[in-house]
Amino acid sequence: MEWFDNGWGLSLVVFTPLVGALALLAVPKKDEETAKLLALLASLVSLSLAVVAAFRFDFGDAGALQFGTKLSWIPAIGSDYEIGIDGISLPLLVLSAAIVVLSIVYSWDHWPEPHNPKGFLILILFLATGMAGTFVAQDLVLFFIFFELVLLPMYFMIGIWGDKTKIKLPGFSREVETRLYASIKFFLFTLFGSAFMLLGFLALSFRGGSFSIPELAQMGADGQFTGTFAFLVFGALFLGFAVKVPMWPLHTWLPDAHTAAPTVGSVLLAAILLKLGSYGFIRIAIPILPEEAKSWAPAIAILAVIAIIYGSLACLAQTDMKRLIAFSSVGHMGFVMLGIATLTPVGITAAVIGMVAHGVITGMLFFLAGSMQHRYHTREMARLGGNLKLMPILGGFLGFTAMASLGLPGLAGFWGEFMALLGSYQPLEGLSLGVFRTAMVVGAIGTVLTAGYLLWMLQKVNLGEPKEEWAGHEFHDVDRYEFAAWVPMLVSIVAIGVYPKIVTGAANDAVQVLMDKAFF
Amino acid sequence: MFDYHALAPDFIVAGTVLAVLGADLFLPRERKWLAAVVGILGLTVALIPIVTLAASDDSVRSMMDGSYVIDDFALVLKAFFILTGYIVLLMSVAYVEADRYYQGEYYFLVLASLLGGMVMASSRDLISLFVGLELVSGPAFLLAGWKKADARSNEAALKFFIIGVLSAAILLYGMSLVYGMTGSLSFDGIREASASVAEEPVFVLGILLVLVGFGFKVSAVPFHFWAPDTYEGAPTPVTAYLSVGSKAAGFVGILLVSYVAFAGAPEIWGPALWILAALSMIVGNLIALRQENIVRLLAYSSIAHAGFMLVPFAAAALVEGDSLNQAFEATVTYVLIYGIMNLGAFAVVIAAARRTGSGQIRDWSGLGSYAPGISILLTLFFFSLAGIPPLAGWYAKFVMFLAVLQNANGWTIALAAIAALNAVIALYYYARVVQSVWMDPAPDEVAPDPEPSGVAPSLGLAFGMLAVAVIVVGVFPEAVGQFAKAASAIAGG
Repeated sequence: MEWFDNGWGLSLVVFTPLVGALALLAVPKKDEETAKLLALLASLVSLSLAVVAAFRFDFGDAGALQFGTKLSWIPAIGSDYEIGIDGISLPLLVLSAAIVVLSIVYSWDHWPEPHNPKGFLILILFLATGMAGTFVAQDLVLFFIFFELVLLPMYFMIGIWGDKTKIKLPGFSREVETRLYASIKFFLFTLFGSAFMLLGFLALSFRGGSFSIPELAQMGADGQFTGTFAFLVFGALFLGFAVKVPMWPLHTWLPDAHTAAPTVGSVLLAAILLKLGSYGFIRIAIPILPEEAKSWAPAIAILAVIAIIYGSLACLAQTDMKRLIAFSSVGHMGFVMLGIATLTPVGITAAVIGMVAHGVITGMLFFLAGSMQHRYHTREMARLGGNLKLMPILGGFLGFTAMASLGLPGLAGFWGEFMALLGSYQPLEGLSLGVFRTAMVVGAIGTVLTAGYLLWMLQKVNLGEPKEEWAGHEFHDVDRYEFAAWVPMLVSIVAIGVYPKIVTGAANDAVQVLMDKAFF
Repeated sequence: MFDYHALAPDFIVAGTVLAVLGADLFLPRERKWLAAVVGILGLTVALIPIVTLAASDDSVRSMMDGSYVIDDFALVLKAFFILTGYIVLLMSVAYVEADRYYQGEYYFLVLASLLGGMVMASSRDLISLFVGLELVSGPAFLLAGWKKADARSNEAALKFFIIGVLSAAILLYGMSLVYGMTGSLSFDGIREASASVAEEPVFVLGILLVLVGFGFKVSAVPFHFWAPDTYEGAPTPVTAYLSVGSKAAGFVGILLVSYVAFAGAPEIWGPALWILAALSMIVGNLIALRQENIVRLLAYSSIAHAGFMLVPFAAAALVEGDSLNQAFEATVTYVLIYGIMNLGAFAVVIAAARRTGSGQIRDWSGLGSYAPGISILLTLFFFSLAGIPPLAGWYAKFVMFLAVLQNANGWTIALAAIAALNAVIALYYYARVVQSVWMDPAPDEVAPDPEPSGVAPSLGLAFGMLAVAVIVVGVFPEAVGQFAKAASAIAGG
């Protein structure tokens, strides 16, 4: 297995989906079965290699980059094909490979309109390469390429297969279809952030003479980046990552994109794409600019708790179930960012487990919302109700996942919120205790609000009697493809909840090493 | 005196120009396309000495007291012009054949204009540079008015001609002032003499007038206003040539005078080009947002791209120290990559306009549903122009930012921020075309395909080459990067 350890393993995890996508191009459009099998095969190969990586991973040395390689790529600018994973990337890499497989399984006979499985699958596979690549890249230019690679497929996914409801925008006389508005908004927001992120990367390479993330992190730990320079660079990186997370007040693209996207698009957006931003903070911004991270940390913490409260309150104002789940992401990612802002091992470990948990739970919620829309043809909570009676299994799943989302102890969502709050009680030395303890209190109130809106949603959707308009309708409860896609997610919600070491076992040491290097 | 090996590429193209004209005399009407084949063969042969010259040990071959030089810069740009000509001929064959008149002369003019670009790449004094530039422009005036029954085409040619003559006059006047102050026509002589006259207002005026002259050629704001009308009226393959070949020739001129002739006076051209760069990006992009016609949209986009290409100049001159080479390299890289993707975009326009019978963006709605091949290519080239990785355009923007941020100061950071914002604005109008093609509904009745067998084979070949290039360069930018690096050796003299 030497080939696996010296870079081929990770490269195959990243590029097998891309090869699958190119192979799909050759499949005739009418031959849907072949297209589906081919896509499933490519994503399964990618997932199994990611799992192999997890088993071969040396947990005793989780802070070191493993399975890595460094090959000359663009000598003209001094950028290399440098990859590798540590304990922070590993869970996210496995998560993204797994979600892709489950998305393809779910899609098996849930194709959004306009049909065209071939095109849809090609986009999913492109996304898979971009997402996995971002988690393994150890070179800033490579990171940037993968980070941007997810834009095009998601843009097309929302724009072509998205919601066709017309909306009226303030200031415009004509109505526009939601999908068109949401797709370009998503694209422009992200590109705006990443353009400045790129400027930050370039500035770092001028000062540091390298695009290599480990080398730059070493320089950062040695205190090479300081002063106005560091302030500006952190600001540029902040813009890029904060749009992606998204942090309040840069979040406005998110509810539109999530609501308009087809089910699988929402799942991938929520489960993986948002994590690219918070991962960027952990992998790039903090280790390379530790001193600057300290001075920005209180601001990030304040924005994070605003996001928590704002997200929860916004949820309470929604009538659309999918939009409610979208806003809940703003709040949950607020907890992740609060954890990161503490700059402590416990806080950042909280962020990593929070990212994985949010990926599984919110991904699952979007699956459920999509399947409900598929059956009811509406997402209006006022028209839903008594779901548990009409479809006991689906309703049960919804109840269970909502409980996980509100942070019930014993389920995955608990650890991220709990540890983030714990971390902000005692942030890194030198950070303002006042700000962080206030943040902790406000965040704790946020958990109550979170419970509030999720229970409110359950009450409206799941409980009570079915509305009269559904009388006489036959509803098909969870079908076999849905089972195949959902059971693994539900199992992992329980597994992470009961035994969080699945994630923290690798992440804990890696975070510790990262923090020791940056701050001590 | 003459190094025939060094001059072989230019001689072969000159011979091809005559051969095409001669062949046209003897070819029967329905076989006129063979003239294009002659031209393509000639261009292919001309590439051979370029390869052998690049491989030979003499890296610089200088002739006529250093007025005409074959170095890496000249070779890279000559190869670029030849390949541009290659693609333009491929794009033109089916297009001009449909019009059925003066086909032979058309190819003759394209090749002659191309030869001008090749001469410019080797020019190292003001006279040969000017002669080369006029050789680029003269045939282009005629080409712009090719559709002589079409009033718009006539307007295009007339506007282009008047502006061309005006800019040539300004350029010559500037050159005469420079010559008067430095007493030298050669770039080396000007550079050596410029230290003693750098403070003289007349010298400054000379430099600025030269820049204005070239500013018209590259259609930088505020010297851009001819471009949209000319681009729209001219036959589309000619527009492709104007926006790539002719613009690249303008950039060859600006690069040579700035980095070689006026290398001693960057404090004059730097701020001037800072302003041109910022204005071109902002004005080009903002006006492009409102365009309904695809060619006008690409015209404004090409104005904005000229701004991006000018960004490194401004940075090179505004910072202290030896940053000239990297800035030079950035502009050359940008020109090369822009050439690939803009030719691709115009090839798509030709194919899609033929398929839909319209150049209005809204008439292309739903094209993806009935012409997926063209639509995929359109997506590829337009998003490359927008600079979305992993398509080639990202690397052009990347090196541009790299050049502007090295040794950053307040001015360069401001310019970088303007460029970054403009990159985002630009995405909007490129994405609007893509949206129309893929996401808007197709009209109820789609006109039958005028070419049931697909796009013409020659156009298909051009598509194939450009699509492969735009992806390969995007994934392995070194393919272009090393040429640009070699070419940048002449910066600073």
